[in-house]
Amino acid sequence: MAVHELGLPGVGGAIAEDRISVASQRQLIWWRFRKHRLAIISAGIILMFYMAALAAGFLATNDPQYSDAHFNLMPPQAIKFMDNGQWFPHVCAMSGQRDPLTFNKVYVQDCNTKIPVEFFTEGYSYKFLGLFNTNRHLIGVGEGYRAENTLFLLGTDVQGRDLWSRLVLGTQISLTIGLVSVAFSLILGIILGGISGYYGGWIDTAIQRVIEIVRAVPTIPLWMGLAAALPREWSVLQVYFAITLIISLFAWTDLARVVRGRFLAMREEDFVTAAKLSGARPRRIIFSHMLPSFYSHIIAAVTLAIPAMIVSETSLSFLGLGLRPPAISWGTLLQAAQNVQSVANTPWLLLPAVPMIVAILAFNFLGDGLRDAADPYSN
Amino acid sequence: MLTYIGRRLIYGILTLWAVSIVSFIIIQLPPGDYVTAYIAQLSMQGSSLGMAEADNLRVYYGLDRPIYHQYYLWLQRIIQGDLGFSFEHQKPVTDVIGERLFLTILLAFVSVLFTWSLAIPIGIFSAMRQYSLWDYVFTLIGFIGLAVPNFLLALILMWIGFSVFGFSVGGLFSSEYISAQWSLARVWDLIKHLWLPVIILGTAGTAQIMRITRANVLDELRKPYVVTARAKGLSGWRMVLKYPVRIALNPVISMTAYVWPFLVSGSIIVSVVLSLPTVGPILLRSLLAQDMFLAGSIIMLIGLLTVIGTFLSDLLLIWADPRIRLEG
Repeated sequence: MAVHELGLPGVGGAIAEDRISVASQRQLIWWRFRKHRLAIISAGIILMFYMAALAAGFLATNDPQYSDAHFNLMPPQAIKFMDNGQWFPHVCAMSGQRDPLTFNKVYVQDCNTKIPVEFFTEGYSYKFLGLFNTNRHLIGVGEGYRAENTLFLLGTDVQGRDLWSRLVLGTQISLTIGLVSVAFSLILGIILGGISGYYGGWIDTAIQRVIEIVRAVPTIPLWMGLAAALPREWSVLQVYFAITLIISLFAWTDLARVVRGRFLAMREEDFVTAAKLSGARPRRIIFSHMLPSFYSHIIAAVTLAIPAMIVSETSLSFLGLGLRPPAISWGTLLQAAQNVQSVANTPWLLLPAVPMIVAILAFNFLGDGLRDAADPYSN
Repeated sequence: MLTYIGRRLIYGILTLWAVSIVSFIIIQLPPGDYVTAYIAQLSMQGSSLGMAEADNLRVYYGLDRPIYHQYYLWLQRIIQGDLGFSFEHQKPVTDVIGERLFLTILLAFVSVLFTWSLAIPIGIFSAMRQYSLWDYVFTLIGFIGLAVPNFLLALILMWIGFSVFGFSVGGLFSSEYISAQWSLARVWDLIKHLWLPVIILGTAGTAQIMRITRANVLDELRKPYVVTARAKGLSGWRMVLKYPVRIALNPVISMTAYVWPFLVSGSIIVSVVLSLPTVGPILLRSLLAQDMFLAGSIIMLIGLLTVIGTFLSDLLLIWADPRIRLEG
């Protein structure tokens, strides 16, 4: 492999060769990965998403479940940081009026009344990281929910709930549901793909046929059917896990194929034969000899599988068959934008699509970078 | 070749069998049997069912028999084309979804054509001009196409259509043709409405096939036979289209077998968003109303559609790839 391919900082020729020959696999992977700019940026974005999900209560400005018909379908309020050249973060007050002809509610911005936006201010009470109660928020307008004192960064939904706060909280479910579904799929994929690739022969053939059949199945109708059959009285948590199980039931095949391919390639390697000849049992061979040499591939495959899981959950919830209120996810939020009228009149309800697309793209780029880095010896 | 067809046929049947079991499980999952559910629905509408009639229905559906016998009865009826009766429309399910099924197939089929006719030329072009501006542009579009889920693309296009062009998209027919007889004018109306859902449905598949075509053609272009052909004086495009592309296209054709279930699946959600008269909205409505018997039958039909489509694309591969044709 050419030295420059690894992107070693400021080294040339012999020294670099030396560094490569003594570098551990982990280092090689890291050097390779570092070269993939887009993947690095994506990793940063994903990290930010998960941090936002952790600190959702802190970032939220209003109680996400609090609804008030006085504020329904209010357009977003933009924060202005300057006032006459002075540092004064504020939003303009909004007031709702009825259109005398159509009786539709129209919000009028009144920029003479400025509502100051404060940092680290007090607001509704929530549990920080699930550990202790607090009412500190990153930003807020002090006394919330008074007609002249509102802060709706992304506007409100049809029940007058703050879309920004709901979006931040929805991130928790949408981003973890991908992880949990991938975990379930990974278990199935490693077991079946591993057996298939390690033993080969008729077992391999049988499992491969099963994979082919599962892949030929139209997933969305089956997901819809299974999700609709979940009992209505189940709690949010039960539905959450049921949905992840339903999704992974048909989504494990890609991971199984990756695992099997790796096992097949690895089976012929000398060190595996050596371990076999030394009398190691399959369990030991698989877990201490084979798995460590391709876990990087599995991590890459898992990263690439996550966005598909996120899309599946969002699609199901969007159709009203996935998570149900009071659970908040990107899918349940987008449900509000299901028809032409709402999209046309209240386009901000489409905003949850933005973080979703960003997250999916980021996971894809990160997965691509990881996949390239997973095998640092190839070109 | 016959062994190959036979094997594919058996996979198809096994797939159908798997789908039928899941569909039947879906029918069985809600508490109580479906005759009870039917009675409950009737009483909600203000009418009722006598004990004797209810018992008759139970015998008809084999509810007094063991579960495997119910499954057998259900499967037998489906094979005979009896899908039951729709409460909502007050006519046999077959009548309700007949045309919708046809439109579902049409939508998915046109999407496949669209995907191919766009993805393959672009893929070849990108490979020929690797790292050019257009290559990057198409790569970017491809990534976005993969990242934006179908239903979201539908919503966004709907919003753009409304706010920029001021027309509302949706449906497959103008209002005057919705329940009209088939005529040339109606077909033309359909074509005028079909392009948008086709673009929405086809984007993800186009992105995927574009990437695969590009990678395959690139692999082939590096092979010695291409260098030899060039050295012997065969000129650019003609040579590329004649040899490397032909080889590179085989994996693309076999991809269709995987893209097809994906398209049929996707058309369900897109149809709901754009309110297209396909089986999608009916499936959703029956699921939300917990009319599992109807839903199960529709899911089974979608499975059948998928299997037939997959089988046809397998046949296409036989036609395209002589190695499969001449083997065994």
